[in-house]
Amino acid sequence: MRAVSPPGLVFAIVGGALLCVPFMTLAANRIVAGHGVMVWALGYWPALMGMIAALGAGLSPRPTLRLFAGALGLACITAQVSQGADLLLADAGDYARTSPAAGFWGLLAVFSLLIADALTQLHPRPLLRAGLLIVALAALAVVFWSGLLGDLSIAQEYVSRARQFWTALAQHLQLALGSLAVAVVIGFPLGVLCHRRGGLRRAMLPMLSFLQTIPSLAMFGIMIPLLAWVATTVPGAREIGIAGIGFAPAFVALVLYSLLPVVGNTVAGLDAVPPATSDAARGMGLSATQQLWQVELPLGLPVLLTGVRIVMVQNIGLAVIAGLIGGGGFGSFVFQGLNQTATDLILLGALPTVLLALVAAVLMDILVDLARPVSETAR
Amino acid sequence: MKSGLILRPFLVVLLLAMVLRPVWFTPLLAPLAPENGPVIYERASLWSLTISHLGLVLAASLSATVVAVGLAVFVTRPIGAAFLPLSRTVTNIGQTFPPVAVLALAVPALGFGAGPTLVALFLYGLLPIFDNAVTGLRTLPPVTMDAARGIGLSPSQRLRTVELPLALPVILTGVRLSVVIALGTATIGSTVAARTLGEVIIAGLLTNNTAFVVQGGVITGLLALLIHDGLVLLEKRLSA
Repeated sequence: MRAVSPPGLVFAIVGGALLCVPFMTLAANRIVAGHGVMVWALGYWPALMGMIAALGAGLSPRPTLRLFAGALGLACITAQVSQGADLLLADAGDYARTSPAAGFWGLLAVFSLLIADALTQLHPRPLLRAGLLIVALAALAVVFWSGLLGDLSIAQEYVSRARQFWTALAQHLQLALGSLAVAVVIGFPLGVLCHRRGGLRRAMLPMLSFLQTIPSLAMFGIMIPLLAWVATTVPGAREIGIAGIGFAPAFVALVLYSLLPVVGNTVAGLDAVPPATSDAARGMGLSATQQLWQVELPLGLPVLLTGVRIVMVQNIGLAVIAGLIGGGGFGSFVFQGLNQTATDLILLGALPTVLLALVAAVLMDILVDLARPVSETAR
Repeated sequence: MKSGLILRPFLVVLLLAMVLRPVWFTPLLAPLAPENGPVIYERASLWSLTISHLGLVLAASLSATVVAVGLAVFVTRPIGAAFLPLSRTVTNIGQTFPPVAVLALAVPALGFGAGPTLVALFLYGLLPIFDNAVTGLRTLPPVTMDAARGIGLSPSQRLRTVELPLALPVILTGVRLSVVIALGTATIGSTVAARTLGEVIIAGLLTNNTAFVVQGGVITGLLALLIHDGLVLLEKRLSA
């Protein structure tokens, strides 16, 4: 075993450099650019010492120690930014805003990667990972609800649109997960059919991959006239909320994007069932439907769920674009923020999206691992 | 495939016509435009937008390829092996970051214009290429590697004459994934004032002019489709 973990060395060097760039910024109001403040100018020594200690402990070859070092680092940058905001706003104007700057974001990345690297080495079981995810989310929730970060500019931005924020979250999830559900309902039977009929598969899969190639903005755009046409020609379509602009075109575009991973992975999952197993099932006298539900589906489940994971993460990201066509979701904050050059509003839309995508990925990875046969998970 | 022989040249001609002679499509698009509104996008020439769009994607993808393959070679050598698990983790986490969010987050850091778009395209483009390059370099047939060692090739000779050429098709698949994502993300770059074809679609969305939306949408769609198709053909030729 080495005396020093090589990635830890890189983290220490990068982290050390990040301590020497502005940690926070102070601006006169929400639109103008602020000026940077160094971490030592914030004068909160325990947190700074903690960060340095965490970077040092990150050098250890022992993954458990590095895990705790990363957690300590995260706690320290949170404390520092909370204390720093108090200090900076104490003698600034009424409209003054303070935000984390490059130093904070860089250290956030460094400490998160330190944790991720340690976890890769520790390789916790799926249920332990689920526990860690809950602990991390609970810590995050405590930090937000305690008001520790309430003085930061992005929190002020949140306060002034708290209700819109939760509506946006609901819309975002409806778009991303609703389209996933529809895609599974359509895509799973289609995948089963493709698995059984080679001809259908040869026609279907290239067509779906063609759909996936179309740039998202173009796809969303092309859906607008199509759905406007449906709304005017199909009776009753308008009543159930189909319109050329807004939620419906975004939803349909997302369903189309989701089909390839769902159908493709269903086919791959069913194909992966060993022929001997299928023969045995047939020999036992199982009908085609029984074979599907009792043999092929359980065995192909991990691959199938991987398809769902791909779609979920992809849709959470793509749903942002719905904001451009009035479909709601976090994208509306992002694009409003870009229009007004209001950085905090951009962050208010982008950061929750990133968080949602990360949580979805971790959660689905856990499910995929749980769906694997026991012998594999136990390795 | 026979259908490809007819379809491909047709789509190329259609794309060129839409970009170079947009006026030809006036009768088709007119019903979609608002009354008395413009039918064909004229604020900038579609040709110059296409060139600047492709330029952004090309610059980002080329630099992403060089850096990603370089990093993949590093982590698959003995000297960089300690970074392999970490780099895998970073790629996995990075790929869950939505491209639009990466673009939006680049703006506060870099301001508006082509800069943040280029950086976002570059950063996001690294991931699939690196992922595939690592897979390609780590799944070489052991017999071939033994033979290369057996005939006395040095590590750097093995890399250049055996490993990289064998991994090339897999690396190219990564490049293709990355280029297709970049083409799509560049479209959204227009919202941060980069000059790309997304400008046409967004102008249409802002003025309720469906003709613009369809015009921009079809051109970017065709572009992505043909480039994807071209790269698939290249991969097939190389792995044959």
